[in-house]
Amino acid sequence: MTKKRLTPPLTDADIENLEIGDQVLITGTIYTARDAAHKRLVELLDEGKELPVDLKGQIIYYVGPTPAKPGQVIGSAGPTTSYRMDPYAPKLLAIGLKAMIGKGSRSQEVKDAMKKYKGCYLAAVGGAAALIAKSIKKAEVIAYPELGPEAIRKLEVEDFPAIVVNDCKGGDLYEEGVKKYQK
Amino acid sequence: MREISYEKIVAEVARLCREANYFLGEDVTKAFEKALADEESPTGKGILEQLIKNAEIARNEEVPMCQDTGVAVVFLEMGQDVTVSGGALYDAINDGVREGYEKGYLRKSMVEHPLQRKNTGDNTPAIIHTKIVTGDKLKITVAPKGGGSENMSGISMMAPAAGEEGVKKFVVETVRKAGPNPCPPIVVGVGIGGNFEKCALLAKEALLRPIGQPSDDEYAARLEREIFEEIRKLGIGPQGMGGRNTALAVHINVHPCHIASLPVAVNINCHASRHKSVIL
Ligand code: SF4
Repeated sequence: MTKKRLTPPLTDADIENLEIGDQVLITGTIYTARDAAHKRLVELLDEGKELPVDLKGQIIYYVGPTPAKPGQVIGSAGPTTSYRMDPYAPKLLAIGLKAMIGKGSRSQEVKDAMKKYKGCYLAAVGGAAALIAKSIKKAEVIAYPELGPEAIRKLEVEDFPAIVVNDCKGGDLYEEGVKKYQK
Repeated sequence: MREISYEKIVAEVARLCREANYFLGEDVTKAFEKALADEESPTGKGILEQLIKNAEIARNEEVPMCQDTGVAVVFLEMGQDVTVSGGALYDAINDGVREGYEKGYLRKSMVEHPLQRKNTGDNTPAIIHTKIVTGDKLKITVAPKGGGSENMSGISMMAPAAGEEGVKKFVVETVRKAGPNPCPPIVVGVGIGGNFEKCALLAKEALLRPIGQPSDDEYAARLEREIFEEIRKLGIGPQGMGGRNTALAVHINVHPCHIASLPVAVNINCHASRHKSVIL
């Protein structure tokens, strides 16, 4: 299967080019955030304040890595379950976030927001944490260091592997993939 | 009485915590290969290839295969002719977990109180299950268990009239509802019989069996095969993205129970099916 390449910042055209089931390789800068960081970002937006990072065209990875061993850039870093970020994701898509990486299904609100603002949801393979860490070349905390593993990190990645689960046309691989193989 | 020192137990538990997280069992990697050869979905094949590579990297570089290095579940089989010198057995286990998770660069995922939710910072306390057996040996098994798969487990106190069909339906339905969440391909541990708490433990113990080794109980072994076939038809596939290989195996343990009861528990394990043992 051919793999599509993504290099953020992403445009509407990049997103329109993606279909559910596509395997993608990401190279460039992506950002990490989990529950606590999302809560803070959305609070800032609600107060009309500036975010510590410009999310326009960017990708957020939902991850809580293991501690790095000496000499490692980052510990094992597989995706965490995405639904915990569902209450916040539509607001970030509205200001130009283009893609999210996690595992597990998203809510209807998030799917609607992806359609409306041209965003997409990618899944990294849950539990393939040692393999995924290999594609992370640099990691730097850029906001909320006090949140520890939940701080926002800027990652430089090379050929980070992911699969398109929700495209901007309303497709959902978790539903359609299962339908295809159900007996 | 044979003596085993406190320090020995600490060191062994620490080692098992690390090794369980770094080195996936050969039975699991073999099951990946088998699933890869059989999988119909190209996406599913790609995922299985990633899992095989991931296990290889974790093994070669001695890093955790998954970032959720789990709750430390510890099974003890303690010979009645063995004693621990220099301290309490359970303290030794917890010291071992503390050391293994800290020095092994494993993630700490235990919170002190289920509602106040402050991290204990060292992944203790372990969850310990003890059996007293004959002999003068101590067998220790460490089985780190991730949250994603544990959360998809279920228990049902059925009426005996539900019978075999009821049990099958409940197991398959639990797997269907779990969908992509427990990181399929999964291992399905099933306990049938006992009582409320016994059947949950039977299900967890079933996860420790080498993948694909059938139950000694012939009736249970037949059920394992039949439920496995039903699960293949669900179409969930690797990571829930569609495909044939939703489960690597179904393991069932049975136990006598009350005339009025038919307890059934399903404990789901992800593909990061981790457990390591030592006999001291
Ligand atoms: S369910 Fe298992 S493989 Fe998936 S993230 Fe949790 S521990 Fe890792």
